[in-house]
Amino acid sequence: MTATDPNAFSQSSSAEQHFSSDLSGRYRLDNIFRIASWVATVTALVVLAFLLIDVLIDGIPRLDWQFITSFPSRSAERAGILAPLVGTIWLLFVTALFAFPIGVGAGIFLEEFAGDNLFARILEVNIGNLAAVPSIIYGLLGLAVFVRVFLPITGGRTVFSAGLTLALLILPVIIVATREALRAVPSSLRQAGMALGATRWQTVREHVLPQAFPGILTGTILALSRAIGETAPLIVIGAQTFVPFVPSFRGTGFSALPIQIFNWVGRPQAEFHVNAAAGIIVLMIVLVAMNATAIYLRNRFQAEKM
Amino acid sequence: MQTNPSTAVGTGITFHVAQANYYYGSFLAVSNVNLDIPERKITAFIGPSGCGKSTVLRCFNRLNDLIPGAHVEGTIQYRGVDLYDKSVDATELRRRIGMVFQKPNPFPKSIYENIAFGARINGYKGDMDELVEQSLRKAALWEEVKDKLKESGLSISGGQQQRLCIARAIAIEPEVLLMDEPCSALDPISTLRVEDLMHELKEQFTIIIVTHNMQQASRVSDMTAFYNAQATEKGGKQGYLVEYAPTQTIFNNPTEQATQDYVSGRFG
Repeated sequence: MTATDPNAFSQSSSAEQHFSSDLSGRYRLDNIFRIASWVATVTALVVLAFLLIDVLIDGIPRLDWQFITSFPSRSAERAGILAPLVGTIWLLFVTALFAFPIGVGAGIFLEEFAGDNLFARILEVNIGNLAAVPSIIYGLLGLAVFVRVFLPITGGRTVFSAGLTLALLILPVIIVATREALRAVPSSLRQAGMALGATRWQTVREHVLPQAFPGILTGTILALSRAIGETAPLIVIGAQTFVPFVPSFRGTGFSALPIQIFNWVGRPQAEFHVNAAAGIIVLMIVLVAMNATAIYLRNRFQAEKM
Repeated sequence: MQTNPSTAVGTGITFHVAQANYYYGSFLAVSNVNLDIPERKITAFIGPSGCGKSTVLRCFNRLNDLIPGAHVEGTIQYRGVDLYDKSVDATELRRRIGMVFQKPNPFPKSIYENIAFGARINGYKGDMDELVEQSLRKAALWEEVKDKLKESGLSISGGQQQRLCIARAIAIEPEVLLMDEPCSALDPISTLRVEDLMHELKEQFTIIIVTHNMQQASRVSDMTAFYNAQATEKGGKQGYLVEYAPTQTIFNNPTEQATQDYVSGRFG
C-alpha cells in the first residue's frame, strides 16, 4: 500500500479558503477509534476464552458416558448428571411451549391491534418494568401461584410449575423482541395488504409476520438461553439436588443443571468441583445445540421469505 | 372558489365530495374540498408539497383510517353512498377501490403470489392461473415475467415492480384505481409505459392520480384538480383546493391566478 497524497489534485483557490480538509488528522482519529473498538472486542473475548479454557481443562477428563448416564451419588466418581440434564431439557420444552405463543401473541396484539391509547401505553410501561424484575421475585410468584394455588393442575413442586415460572420470567423479553421485529417491517407492506381488501389479521399473518419471524425467533432464543441458566427461581420452586430418577412432567422431585452445578461447587471435596466443571460443559453443550437449532431455523425462514 | 365541471364529462360521477374538511387530530390538513370525480376518466391531483393531495386521495379508500386521529367532516360519496357511513365496511370498500403507491411495494413473495393473494383473501372462485395471466397481461407485464412467476416480486426492476403492483390491484376487479405518485420512483421509459397503461385501463376503471409532474398530468388526465397550501399560524401547512376543471382549461385558461402561476412553473 502506498501512502496517499492529499495534494495529488490541483486545488482551486476558493475552496481552499473555505475548507481545511485536515486529512491526516481525520485519519488519525479513524485509527484511534478502530484500535479502541478492537481492544473492547478482544477484552471481552479474552475473558470469555479464559473462563472457557479453565472449565474445559478441569471438566473434560471427567466428561464421559458414565457421567452423563448416572444419577447423583455421595461419591464424586460415581455421581452423574442424568437427572438434572433431563430436568433442564424438560424445563426448556415447557418454558418454550408456554412462553412462545403467549409472548408472540401479546406482541402482535400490542403492535398491530392495540393502537396508540392509554391502555396500550400502560401495558407497554409495565412490560418494560417486568423485564427488569429480579428472577427471585418470579420464583416467589411461581411458588405462590403455580405450586400452591394451581396445585391440582401442576402437581406442586414439579417441572410443570418450574417451566411456567420460567415462562413468566422470559415473557416480557419475548414480547419486547416480537414488537421490535414487527416494528421493523415497513408499514408500506401493511398498507399494500389492507389496500387490497385484506383484514388486519390477514395482512399480519401473510405478510408482516413472515417478515418479522426471524427476528422473533432470535429474541425467543436469547430469552430461552437466559431461562435455562436461571437458578434462583428454581430454588424457590423447589428444585432438588439429589434426584435418583428421571424427572417427569408432573412428578414431584426434579433437578436442573444450574442447580446441580451450584450444589457441587458448594461442596468441600475437590472431586465435586471437577464434577461441577463437567456439568458446566454439559450445560454449554445444551446451549450451543439450542442456539444452533435456532440459527438453522432462522436461516430456513429467511431463505423462504425472499 | 372552486369551479365545478360545467361540461359534464363522462357517463356518471364516481366520487362526490362536498364541503369536506380533512383532519389529523385537531389539525385541519385540507379544507373545503368540493369535487365530482367522473367515471372512467383520469383525474389528476396536482399542487406543491404538503397541499393535501395524498390526504384527499387516501380517504377515497379510507386508508387514512389506519392513522390514529385522522377523520373527515363533510360529504364524500362513492356512487351515492356516504363513504364514512356506519354501514360502509372499509375492507369491502378497499376491494372495490384499488390503490397503487408512490414507492413500488410488492409483497416479498413470488410474482404469482403477489397477484393471487388479493384474489384468495377475497374468496376468488375462478381459475387462479388464468387470473394471474390476465392481470399481468392487462398491466403489460406478462411477456416480461411469464417465465419467472415463481421468482420474488422484488427481483424485477422498479418499473416492473410498479406494474406488478398495478396488476395486483386490478386482479381483484376494482371499480376505481387510486394512484399516489406512481411514477415518482421510476425512470422516464418506465414512466411512459405506466402512462400508456393508464390510458388503456381507463376504459375499465375510474383513475385518480396524484402527481408532482405537471407534464404527466397534462399528458394523461381528463380532469385536473389544483391544490395549494398556505402557512398556518402554528407553522404547519394547510391545504385547500384552488381549482378543479378539465385538464385543458387548467393548463391553458385557468380561472385562478395561483393555478396560472403553478402550471407555468412560476412557483411550486
